[in-house]
Amino acid sequence: MKDQTDHFSRRDFVGIAVAGSAALATHSYAEAPADQTHPCQLKINGKEYSIQIDARTTLLDMLRENLQMPGTKKGCDHGQCGACTVLVNGKRINSCLSLALMNDGMEVTTIEGLGTPAHLHPMQTAFVDNDALQCGYCTPGQICSAVAMLNEVKQGAPSAVTADLSSHADINLTDDEIRERMSGNICRCAAYVGIVAAIRSVAREKAA
Amino acid sequence: MKPFTFTRSATVAEAIEAHGAREESRFIGGGTNLVDLMKMGVERPSHLVDISRLPLNTISEYNGGVRIGAMVSNTDAAGHALIRDSYPVLSQAILAGASQQLRNMATMGGNLLQRTRCYYFYDPTYEECNKRNPGSGCAAIHGVNRIHAILGASSQCIATHPSDMCVALAALNATVQVTGPNGSRAIAFEDFHRLPGNTPQIETNLHHGELITSIDLPAAMLGARAHYLKVRDRNSYAFALVSVAAVVDLSPDRTVKSIRIALGGVALKPWRARHAENALTGHVLDAARLRTAAERELANAKPYSDNGFKVELAKRAIIRAVTTAAA
Repeated sequence: MKDQTDHFSRRDFVGIAVAGSAALATHSYAEAPADQTHPCQLKINGKEYSIQIDARTTLLDMLRENLQMPGTKKGCDHGQCGACTVLVNGKRINSCLSLALMNDGMEVTTIEGLGTPAHLHPMQTAFVDNDALQCGYCTPGQICSAVAMLNEVKQGAPSAVTADLSSHADINLTDDEIRERMSGNICRCAAYVGIVAAIRSVAREKAA
Repeated sequence: MKPFTFTRSATVAEAIEAHGAREESRFIGGGTNLVDLMKMGVERPSHLVDISRLPLNTISEYNGGVRIGAMVSNTDAAGHALIRDSYPVLSQAILAGASQQLRNMATMGGNLLQRTRCYYFYDPTYEECNKRNPGSGCAAIHGVNRIHAILGASSQCIATHPSDMCVALAALNATVQVTGPNGSRAIAFEDFHRLPGNTPQIETNLHHGELITSIDLPAAMLGARAHYLKVRDRNSYAFALVSVAAVVDLSPDRTVKSIRIALGGVALKPWRARHAENALTGHVLDAARLRTAAERELANAKPYSDNGFKVELAKRAIIRAVTTAAA
């Protein structure tokens, strides 16, 4: 995966597959009565969007189906796998459990907004360099989650394995801390060793 | 998902008005449980009132203790200096639950109102569930009941309350402030959730249409030590099989001056372990006394076909949590 040529050919293939499925995408619900659709304005990856949306639509479905941004993945659709993780106002959430309307006026960052094939985000580069994926389906969620996670650590947010919870204590980002903080992102291919290594390498670069 | 109308409220009064105490109305804060239940068809509201923007999102010192607004996220509560430094058992309990993504969304008020994860409740293809269909029976009693209750259950329902946070709040003697069409009132934490009895469909003493506005913590017990212990099937991101929150105040000779113990994963509400507390108060804390206290608490435990292990597990968890807190 360190070979850039390989990497881009894989990405191109994924791009074609996504275009194919986007053409087949259908909306999840029959058209809603007028009183059950609402205007919703969001800034997604730096761009303003204004759409009229069925109140039942989750943020995940809005991104994938209404806005044709399929980078964010639907795994379990019940908040158990983390594939749908996006950042809302900088905080990671499960977009499958958030109604799109609840995010009216918010800033959303998806995997499409973190990097581009020509200019990968450092976390994306680290995932490639550390073989932190196999099938790749959980990867957008893993990467969004990891980016937010390092910010949380920087801001001093504790986790369940933080030894000293007192507010003045520093966080030592051990591998156990990384695993605990990333436990909301399941990888069915079990690339966990690579994922921890990728996150560790970015954390190290940031600290340097 | 059943269609619904949607209103966003800017003030508590507006939200209560918009809800109107109508049977089919629901408040939505973080949505982590409600949206999921709506997808499953367990919840079928026809009107949602978005309360996520209400000005109930601060944590402040109050009456010698702390007031936590109902819309504070689980993450913000667990990470707040006042909670970390004075009520670390609450931070521990919150951080032991769910994932970071869910804690970022989930609100403090909503955490109190999350529904049981009983498989038979959560899946409407099972007809039998006295919570969903009062009078239909309880599929769990004769079904797979490994995660179910051993204390305070009834022939109508053997589900458990899923929250970690609430177990700590029970041990901290919190108070829940609510406002509804008929004004405001305070509910002692122990009186907030209900045991199933013959009406498992009524889960709390909150009236329909009332809104939780804050969770108040009393002044922290002076010199108290505390611990939250969670036992689960995997190390992270799983509901508790058994959990224990212990807050203990010891004199220098290790006599228990005051102690509060609450259990999770064993009953339909956070279970305040009064028998164990009484057996320990005024006694020097040692292994024999702890075992006696744990035995007394579980003396009336009633296991079902798959969850007998919880009885001994709960005893050992009490012993370990209190020992760790007192260390």
